[in-house]
Amino acid sequence: MFGEIIKGLGTTLKHLFMPPVTIQYPEQKRPVRTRFKGRHELKRYDNGLERCIGCSLCAAACPADAIFVEASENTDEARYSPGERYASTYEINMLRCIFCGYCEDACPTQAIVLEHNYELSFYDRASAIYTKEMLIVDVPVNGRATPQVVEPGVFTRSIPDMENPK
Amino acid sequence: MAINTLSQLAVYSLVVGFIMTFVVITGFAYTTLLERKLLARLQHRVGPNRAGYIPIPTRGGKERKLLGGFMQPAADAVKLFFKEDMTPVMVDKWTYFLAPIITVIPAIFILAVIPWAGFVPYITPEGRDYFAIAPGINVGVLFILAITSISVYGVVLAGWSSNSKYAILGGIRASAQMISYELAMGLTVLVPVMLANSMDLGVIVEGQRGMWYLFLQPIAALVFWIAALAELQRAPFDLLEAEQELSAGFTVEYSSMRFGMFFLAEYMKMIIFCALFAVFFLGGYRGPFVDQVPALGFVYTALKVFLGLCVMIWIRASLPRFRYDQLMSFGWKVLLPISVVNFMIVAVMIVLVEEGVLGF
Repeated sequence: MFGEIIKGLGTTLKHLFMPPVTIQYPEQKRPVRTRFKGRHELKRYDNGLERCIGCSLCAAACPADAIFVEASENTDEARYSPGERYASTYEINMLRCIFCGYCEDACPTQAIVLEHNYELSFYDRASAIYTKEMLIVDVPVNGRATPQVVEPGVFTRSIPDMENPK
Repeated sequence: MAINTLSQLAVYSLVVGFIMTFVVITGFAYTTLLERKLLARLQHRVGPNRAGYIPIPTRGGKERKLLGGFMQPAADAVKLFFKEDMTPVMVDKWTYFLAPIITVIPAIFILAVIPWAGFVPYITPEGRDYFAIAPGINVGVLFILAITSISVYGVVLAGWSSNSKYAILGGIRASAQMISYELAMGLTVLVPVMLANSMDLGVIVEGQRGMWYLFLQPIAALVFWIAALAELQRAPFDLLEAEQELSAGFTVEYSSMRFGMFFLAEYMKMIIFCALFAVFFLGGYRGPFVDQVPALGFVYTALKVFLGLCVMIWIRASLPRFRYDQLMSFGWKVLLPISVVNFMIVAVMIVLVEEGVLGF
């Protein structure tokens, strides 16, 4: 018995002199994997138009019922997205979301993507609801902010011509 | 400083007692930090390093931090004091409130006889052989054994008064364990007592002038250490507060500073038992140049206590918990026979040496 005890004590003593593996979190962040499913982002096209067309397929696909979408009509004087409609309200309740990524799969325009931000904490339930303003990405450098005034008859298709998967 | 009257003696004891209690309570706080830090390092972690640090100024560059987490005990204390102090409805009120106090007081009592240093001219009055709260008690060892037996009451009463099955199971385990291991400990403590021919702890320390009793009696030292771990309910004998099965044993119904008092008693007893081990087997306050500079005794005692604490934490990090039947059979069938046989051999040897049959 004492042999094993000495052996065990020796093992722990050996480990005392190894460097700790702790990552000092707030100062030192570990990069996540490329396919990590973190907080959602609503993407834009290069010209600044929103990808989301307000179809609610993500809300339908959501198993946790976390997404709420309300669509409104686009006009050429105030165009948010290509096609007929855009999401005037887009809310995700982060307390309900289980980060399964079904919304991402359901989206016909690849508007919603689960990105790499995992620092989601709130002081109350109301602030756990992320609105469209919080979810949507910034306007790209060459694009214009929405709503845009566009020439009639250009953005008639709501779903772009898809490229083949690479 | 000469002390003549009884009142002067009382004042001396009170002052020293206050200082020692204060030092040991501070020591308790930093023992918790030492345990957390060392345990963390043994498990490849860093341990608490947020509460308080000493910034090292660097020219530009990254700010460097020294002693990260040294205010953690203060943060813990503040947390404990400000937590809600809940009293469950069904508890036996008086016993429930008394139990933590009964646990803490014996732990402080044992401090009275421990010699922290030798005769220090400007602190210890003439006629006192060593620095302690009550130096020169000629039954010091008996006093310690008596007081450690009392401290089991606090645990048992806490378990019983909580009116909870986990607590009572923890309390029952504690009483059985402490009584079993007290026997082995009492018998091994007799070995240094016989070697020094005195129950006065100061005389025991002075008896180790030539050689530490650790080298003279390694078996007794080992048995004392194991029994002390069991007495303290430290790992691997911590099955009265086994988190996995009893959630927290006898402390389960306690909260806030009442829980903190059990914690306090446990860590103070850790320090005290390390000091006792130093006194019995590691030559107490004795060390190089202690005859020329008696105040060095404090440093040596502190060093030995620190070493003992580190070993306790190291053992906690290494060994799994004993099963209850293993604990009992180990105590009664292994430790007790070893200590009895060892005790008898030492007694016979001492007689033989004194009669001149064996010469050293």
